[in-house]
Amino acid sequence: MEEKNSFVRQVAEKKYEYGFTTDVQTDIIDKGLSEEVVRLISEKKGEPDWLLQFRLNAFRYWQTLEPPTWGHLDMPEIDYQDISYYADPTKKTAEKGPKDIDPELMKTFDKLGIPLEERLALSGMAVDAVMDSVSVKTTFREKLQEQGIIFCSISEAVREHPDLVRQYLGSVVPYKDNFYAALNSAVFSDGSFVYIPRGVRCPMELSTYFRINARGTGQFERTLIVCDDDAYVSYLEGCTAPMRDENQLHAAIVEIVVMENAEVKYSTVQNWYPGDAEGKGGVLNLVTKRGHLRGANSRLSWTQVETGSAITWKYPSCVLSGEGSQAEFYSVAVTNNFQQADTGTKMIHIGRNTRSTIISKGISAGHSQNSYRGLVRVASTAEGARNYSSCDSLLLGSKCGAHTFPYMDVHNETAVVEHEATTSKISEDQLFYCNQRGISTEDAVGLIVNGYARDVLNKLPMEFAVEAQKLLGVSLEGSVG
Amino acid sequence: MNAEKQYIELYEQQRELIARRSAPVMNALRDEAFQCFRQAGFPSRKVERYRYTDVDAAFMPDYGLNLSRLQIPVNPYDVFHCDVPNLSTSLYFVVNDQFYAKAQPKAPLPEGVLVMSLCQAAQDFPELVGKYYGTQARARKDAINALNTMLAQDGLFVYVPHGVAVERPIQVVNILRADVDLMVNRRVLIVLEQGAQVKLLFCDHAIDGRKFLTTQVAEVFVGENAHLELYELEETHAQSSRFSNMYVSQQAYSTAVIDSITLQNGLSRNRTDVALCGEYGETTLYGGVIADGQQRVDNNTLIDHRAAHCQSRELYKYVLDDQAVGAFAGRVLVREGAQKSVSQETNANLCASRSARMYSQPMLEIYADDVKCSHGSTVGQLDEAALFYMRQRGIPEDEARLLLKFAFIGQVIDGIPMTSLRDRLHYLVEKRFRGELGKCGGCQNALNCER
Repeated sequence: MEEKNSFVRQVAEKKYEYGFTTDVQTDIIDKGLSEEVVRLISEKKGEPDWLLQFRLNAFRYWQTLEPPTWGHLDMPEIDYQDISYYADPTKKTAEKGPKDIDPELMKTFDKLGIPLEERLALSGMAVDAVMDSVSVKTTFREKLQEQGIIFCSISEAVREHPDLVRQYLGSVVPYKDNFYAALNSAVFSDGSFVYIPRGVRCPMELSTYFRINARGTGQFERTLIVCDDDAYVSYLEGCTAPMRDENQLHAAIVEIVVMENAEVKYSTVQNWYPGDAEGKGGVLNLVTKRGHLRGANSRLSWTQVETGSAITWKYPSCVLSGEGSQAEFYSVAVTNNFQQADTGTKMIHIGRNTRSTIISKGISAGHSQNSYRGLVRVASTAEGARNYSSCDSLLLGSKCGAHTFPYMDVHNETAVVEHEATTSKISEDQLFYCNQRGISTEDAVGLIVNGYARDVLNKLPMEFAVEAQKLLGVSLEGSVG
Repeated sequence: MNAEKQYIELYEQQRELIARRSAPVMNALRDEAFQCFRQAGFPSRKVERYRYTDVDAAFMPDYGLNLSRLQIPVNPYDVFHCDVPNLSTSLYFVVNDQFYAKAQPKAPLPEGVLVMSLCQAAQDFPELVGKYYGTQARARKDAINALNTMLAQDGLFVYVPHGVAVERPIQVVNILRADVDLMVNRRVLIVLEQGAQVKLLFCDHAIDGRKFLTTQVAEVFVGENAHLELYELEETHAQSSRFSNMYVSQQAYSTAVIDSITLQNGLSRNRTDVALCGEYGETTLYGGVIADGQQRVDNNTLIDHRAAHCQSRELYKYVLDDQAVGAFAGRVLVREGAQKSVSQETNANLCASRSARMYSQPMLEIYADDVKCSHGSTVGQLDEAALFYMRQRGIPEDEARLLLKFAFIGQVIDGIPMTSLRDRLHYLVEKRFRGELGKCGGCQNALNCER
């Protein structure tokens, strides 16, 4: 306990650790959004015509939409013409030769704890590192290829596996899904593509690390994971951004397709720059994530630790159409200072005997607003569907807010849907108990918060769990007392 | 869709007539309400609070209105014999939106207590009514408020002065009676001064097979230390649509129990807003819904904790069969500074058929840190193990199902402090489940009452 907290304090003094910028020559296109820009992005990436058409359709549809306002968020107006939609930090190396990575970039990722050289890497984890609009490097590709696993950036996938990408891209999140999904579909840059063939259990954790670096840009990543029959994969996602006093936009789409008897675990530790203590700057994290459980007995679990971002608008969802499929959603969302989070999940039960579990833990401190918003829908075909949701909120401070907005739509009489939620502050009794035993109030709060979030943290892969636990402490530093 | 058009035209044409047959206090707010209504119109289903009810469709058909206040020939005692055994109540009638002054209870009310026509009260006590009328149910807030404020000519006024406790419960029977399809705009104003106590029973009945569309806006003021119990029972028919908005404001140390039970109806949307404005206020909301056929019931509640140390409890239970649709949206709002708030919200629902639908949406919105708030919500069906247990003991399956449903909804009734009313409601609910209610056209046979 002692050691952990001294670490927390140490890190907290540094505030946001990942707020540095990398000085690297970056090819940034002019600000603004138009059909020409969409064409330019597509051209830069050397895309086939069908993908360009997909982008253009999305763009034209996006122009007819208004941004959603139903979130419990005080969203600054975003000027979509004041953002550059493509920034490529690898340009310099491209001229030298595609195999060499700019040492500056290597250093950056080293600093972030993501070594891109395979000999230095943590064993058992393959990484796709994405900076701004471009994937810098994907490690262990060849090794994975031996088993038929495809793990590469989505741009490469479009070139090398066009049929697969074409089959699945937009099949889970169509571009007509919502405002930000349409925007992303029009201008998406890089992200990861994962294909696990039939019967293969992916031998290592796959992970993508997203980094925003260039000023005045937005990041529009696109991730597509396809897990074929009887296959298994665990996928991790991490993200950071430099400290800037302007808001940066991050509008991503993640699509997951899970086939018969397959299992996907998707874990996120989201640590975008949250803005300073006065609420200035920070990343606007407006993300659409969805998994489609197509096959019978398929399984998908979303685990997320949300500590960063000025605004989080994110609802990782599951469409359970395979008979007997199971979905899980575990979330810890921490907001401090002036952060706002409106996050939760959607569980759409379509197949028979489908099951879903939702465990959400919100922690709000400072002047922040933290909302859980979730939908459980049981279609009339979902015989024997079962859902259990539990959403707890913890309030630290009298200026913050914690809100719960669950929706339950039940159209089948055999379904059992349960929801419970509580909101409270840290129990005085628990604090007193700790104080009595010589634990300072601050340490006690750390202890209690960690215990409170344990249900979720336990679901994370080991390395991530350690990081998440530290993050939790750092994010709440200074919010007690 | 533009269902609002006919109401806008109606008001523009009949403005004079409406005002002439009402009171100045009520007329004073009409034009402003009209402006609000004309601007905003009816809410679409995209409006969060109206997600589950299609307001446009309900207001679209052509209904008659009794704007010239024609007396509708009815002797309420002839058509209504309901009383609660072992509970003597002071019985009043409201026919459509008109207070039926001819039928007055024999035993007088305590001095200063008023139960009368709102229009009459607005003429006799303009200051008293004017002080409260339209202060909670603002036209700007909601289209139903606006429409009701602009068209309502009469309704009910209940006033309990400082420190007076009304021992005998006051029962008000709302009767819908017409020879044509009728729209009724009823307005209710209930004022409890400091330390006052009263128990109110409202029963809604429709005695004609015509189509009815009712808007009811009730404003309830519960003064410091006052105690209110309010029970609403809806027992109309499938042709009846009801839009009810009730606004309750509670001052310090006051308590309120509000119970609304829907047994039979066509479409009902009941909105209940409770504002806890003073410290140590206590609110309990109960709701029970039994729906089958094509019934639709949408309960929408808001409990607004504005002051510290208040407590609220909420329990809503639904039993849905056939194609019935139930919706519950309960929002608990704890404002900044409302420390030590305690709130508990429960919504439990039984779906007995494939095509029944339930939408449940319990919400917590909390801006204070020293609070204990929780909510729970379930949708499911009868416990197979319990059914099996009963059948093992020789109880037929149908009967066993009935017993379980009865016990399920019973929880809502068990919280009622008045024993005799509780027994009566249990009896009514049982009848309802056995399908014996509503068979008789009126209610006298079902209720088995004697005159």
